[in-house]
Amino acid sequence: MSVLDIAKGMGVTLGHLFKKPVTVLYPEEKVDIKPRFRGRHHLLKHPDSDLEKCIGCSLCAAACPAYAIYVEAEENDPNDPTSAGERYAKIYEINMLRCIFCGLCEEACPTGAIVLGHEFELADFRYQDFIYGKDELMVGVKGSKWQRREAAKKNKEVNIGVKSVPRKELEGVNYD
Amino acid sequence: MDPWYITLIKAFLVSIALLGGFAYLTLIQRKLLGRMQHRYGPNRVGPFGLLQPIADAIKAIFKEDIVVTAADKFVYYLAPFLSISFALVAFGAIPAGPANSLFGFDPWVMDLDIGLLYVFAATSIGVYGIFLGGWASNNKYSLLGSLRSAAQMISYELGLGLSALTVILITGSLNFREIVDFNVWGMHPLLWIPLIIAFITYFISSTAEINNTPFDLPEAEQELVAGYLTEYSSIKWALYMMAEYVNLFTAAAVLSSLFLGGWRGPAFLDQVIPGISQWPLIWLLLKMAMIVFTFIWLQATLPRFRYDQVMRIGWIWLFEIALFAALLTAALIAFVV
Repeated sequence: MSVLDIAKGMGVTLGHLFKKPVTVLYPEEKVDIKPRFRGRHHLLKHPDSDLEKCIGCSLCAAACPAYAIYVEAEENDPNDPTSAGERYAKIYEINMLRCIFCGLCEEACPTGAIVLGHEFELADFRYQDFIYGKDELMVGVKGSKWQRREAAKKNKEVNIGVKSVPRKELEGVNYD
Repeated sequence: MDPWYITLIKAFLVSIALLGGFAYLTLIQRKLLGRMQHRYGPNRVGPFGLLQPIADAIKAIFKEDIVVTAADKFVYYLAPFLSISFALVAFGAIPAGPANSLFGFDPWVMDLDIGLLYVFAATSIGVYGIFLGGWASNNKYSLLGSLRSAAQMISYELGLGLSALTVILITGSLNFREIVDFNVWGMHPLLWIPLIIAFITYFISSTAEINNTPFDLPEAEQELVAGYLTEYSSIKWALYMMAEYVNLFTAAAVLSSLFLGGWRGPAFLDQVIPGISQWPLIWLLLKMAMIVFTFIWLQATLPRFRYDQVMRIGWIWLFEIALFAALLTAALIAFVV
């Protein structure tokens, strides 16, 4: 190591002293998440007809390696259908404590109804609060159960720490 | 000369200032190192992390104070106090301004004719704190760390002393006030050559003396856990850290007093604000801040030397170069000037 090399190194560190840190001050600043990040699931709807994409086929539950998904299907009422298919999911539950966020449910889904989004702040206090039902997963619901509970207490809007743009599979989801 | 009680008050204030400076130097160091590594450094406790040192202090005091069963208890307790007291004591000889300039009092604690020797003596006794602590801990990492530390400090004291000898030969005094008062512009221009060499060797030696990176072998985490600090916890550990940082301040103050004009400001500023170069404290603090920044900058840049490299640099390079500078000065003073 020559003196010149040391001087060069000192120059590098001094230069970096004046650069902006790469740290994201997370709770204050929002995180910009990469498109293919796998966070909490969303159950999607057909945007034009407002019908659920999920047809209650249980392929996601079959594909799930962690047995985190429970689906109970029922026939659609022909006059007032819930989903676009013959049947729909009467109960659709994901246990977020079991889920390993592998995305196999998304791959197994024939209609693209279940898609993993970018929300990742899923911490909560009780076991039962980690079981997300259909109403929690449905598109348009923003934030985890805890975040929505806190927001309701303080009478504020749900504020999630994500500022990314959802990928195109996440039809109708937005994180603004 | 001030009466003894004023000296006592000044000594107390200097100690408080050094310990407060230590607390905030840890914050500044962590912030600077963070920024050099594209991080923010501590910014959670208080605005801009300004309360971080206080949080650290409270934590250090309330942590469990573990005493090793097999330790030599008396020495084990004595060592950190030895370290911190001699680190604090060493600072006393350094003047921070001209006589009677600080509210009518002298801005130094002691005006010693052997000031430089005194500082060297006090900082050398500081080695005992580290060595005894490492030995009394009854732990092989501690012992290895303290052995390294003792070897390193003793080796680099040669370079330190010989570099200082150049200054002593030129100024003809060991008193810090007279060294600072020496008029460099009036000396023979050839004397600049050994002085610049001595400045570089002195800087490197004092970096090693205060165990700053690249010479931080005594604490080499990767090999020695934490060196002599391994078995120390709670406030005893904090005392060692204090000693280390106070030594850093002392090294910066001695370096600026010997080579950078101590408490004197640049004379050309007197044309803007008359007498500014004679103001006490600020110039010394400014120079110390510059040197301390350089030490932190080195920490961010350089990797640690290997033990044999440290010894080779100390004995083969620094010792010889400093000796050459001292001999050159002596020859110049004897035959040229």
